[in-house]
Amino acid sequence: MAGSGKAHMRPDGDRILVVDDLTVEFNLGRGKVVKAVSGISLDLIRGETLAIVGESGCGKSTLGKAILQLPKPTSGSVNFLSKELTSMNKHDLREMRPAMQMIFQDPISSLDPRLPVSEVLAEPLRVWNRGNEVEINEKIDELLRAANLDPAVVRDRRSYEFSGGQCQRISIARALALDPTMIICDEPVSALDVSVQAQILNLLQDMKDRYGLTLIFISHDLAVVKAVSTRVMVMYLGKVCEVAPPDDVYLRTRHHYTKALVGSVPIPDPDRKISAGLMQGEPPSTIDPPSGCRFRTRCPAATEQCVNEEPQLREVAVGHFVACHHPLED
Amino acid sequence: MSNVLEVTGLSITFATPRGNLRAVNDATITLEQGESIGVVGESGSGKTVLSRAIMGLLPGTATRTGSIKYMGNEISELPEKELRELWGTGMAMIFQDPMTTLNPVRRIGTQLTESLTVRLKLSKKEAHEQAIELLRRVRIADPEGMMRKFPYQLSGGMRQRIMIAIAVSCKPELLFADEPTTALDVTVQAQVLELLSELRKEFNMAMILVTHDLGVVAGHTDKIAVMYAGDVVEMAPTRELFNNMKMPYTEALLKSIPRLDTPTGTRLPVIEGRLPDPTKNEPGCPFADRCPYVADKCRAEKPPLKDTGNGHLYRCWFPIGGEK
Repeated sequence: MAGSGKAHMRPDGDRILVVDDLTVEFNLGRGKVVKAVSGISLDLIRGETLAIVGESGCGKSTLGKAILQLPKPTSGSVNFLSKELTSMNKHDLREMRPAMQMIFQDPISSLDPRLPVSEVLAEPLRVWNRGNEVEINEKIDELLRAANLDPAVVRDRRSYEFSGGQCQRISIARALALDPTMIICDEPVSALDVSVQAQILNLLQDMKDRYGLTLIFISHDLAVVKAVSTRVMVMYLGKVCEVAPPDDVYLRTRHHYTKALVGSVPIPDPDRKISAGLMQGEPPSTIDPPSGCRFRTRCPAATEQCVNEEPQLREVAVGHFVACHHPLED
Repeated sequence: MSNVLEVTGLSITFATPRGNLRAVNDATITLEQGESIGVVGESGSGKTVLSRAIMGLLPGTATRTGSIKYMGNEISELPEKELRELWGTGMAMIFQDPMTTLNPVRRIGTQLTESLTVRLKLSKKEAHEQAIELLRRVRIADPEGMMRKFPYQLSGGMRQRIMIAIAVSCKPELLFADEPTTALDVTVQAQVLELLSELRKEFNMAMILVTHDLGVVAGHTDKIAVMYAGDVVEMAPTRELFNNMKMPYTEALLKSIPRLDTPTGTRLPVIEGRLPDPTKNEPGCPFADRCPYVADKCRAEKPPLKDTGNGHLYRCWFPIGGEK
């Protein structure tokens, strides 16, 4: 896997985001460099939901943050709404912020515990001068109702009075306050119970339809992503393995790593054990990643070619791209 | 003596400023040697309190009625000093958060050999050898190197393996695993669950696996208890539960799991509403307000725990598949 390449890019589409050859490295000193994201390219067409899937440490969150310039990537370009973000100065970048929002993994710690909910939502509106106090108040009520919360009940409460699911609804309302074009959701449901997960996933879907949003959805769980995404990108150790529509990812898996991910999803059926045997051990270090294909050290199909030559993304079926020298048969 | 654990009529209440909070109501659970049970429910259903009560780890604000027998001996009234003798060698626990359950300023080796020297009275050298063996058993690649590491140097999956090694180090009869994989990635979750199942068979341990995800317990337990608002609402052998589900709540819980075979773009079925206020004691079935099959009787009278005869118990007036 773990290849580079741009075969999956769609220059003809109505693209709101084009990320080209993005690299994020963290210098640890003493000559050690963590290569968190290594040459990733992706594009986002208006209205779609791109899911980025991978294990902890694969660089999926770093990629999401680097797109928002938090912090700026080491190299590569991020073009959002036809403007290049990487070369922008602080002031211009700030002007772009309302259009690109983020929802974080831990809903409780991402809200200020001292602020009542109405203030949490009013803050961005005041900072950006979105109307007078009356208009702001109306907007807050509208946002809360959209997130299935009763404004009369929740307005004056603080985050510690809510459950995780309710906090995540408030975070979603806050992300929507400035009418963004794109929202990056970083593991928005992994801290929640399964029963609440479904509620939040449905809410995100509703919001997307209602406000015409484009989403990037970061998760480690393919099953969660399946329900909400229109395109899935599987990452491993800072590189791309496979890009495909969600049905193809699990029905016609072509990459060995994706197969392991699919096999790890817990299935509520006592007769079908989840197969951990597909992949053992931990991912190698991003300080000194393997040569060639970065997945080769855990891959059952690795050969000499995988050691010497990095696979590039290529199209194996319509809209289905894989970076592997020895992909699985359809 | 084949029953490791017999819990009968266990109820737990917490004194809170808003009144008495009923965390567990009249729970009855038995567990044979080497048997595993999954305790499943949402946050606030009482599943963690139940397992902690059996361990004797309740805070002082809790009051408890009912009986807890371990290997035939009543342990619910034991003073902590005697209960401590059971921890490690009799009952051991793995907690949810592997990031905070290890001591951050002590080396893995020290933490792993502690119970071996204290409980099993091994010499330092023997304990060291035993610890290496345990690390190898939980598939740590470099056990000697691991002994010298500190927790911050390890990933979440690695730490949970260390926790498991510590928990099984004195070969307990009964292992509690409280959401052992919730903080982990799916791939690591699969590995950890498989490891737990293997160790359980090898040491013939009984296990209580507490989780909110029915998918996690499906392949790894002999029977399942579903909890809702402090009640055990359904209990059955695992296969029987999945094939012949009686409780609408269990059904709703199962349906809300995101699955790989759901068509893209479909809405996931959700359980609307929230758990009832545990400080109020309303009449009727606690699930009535959220139940798709609710009838008048459900709001008037709380259903008793019915036994179908083949080890399948449920608490519902109008079970799925029954006559309406």
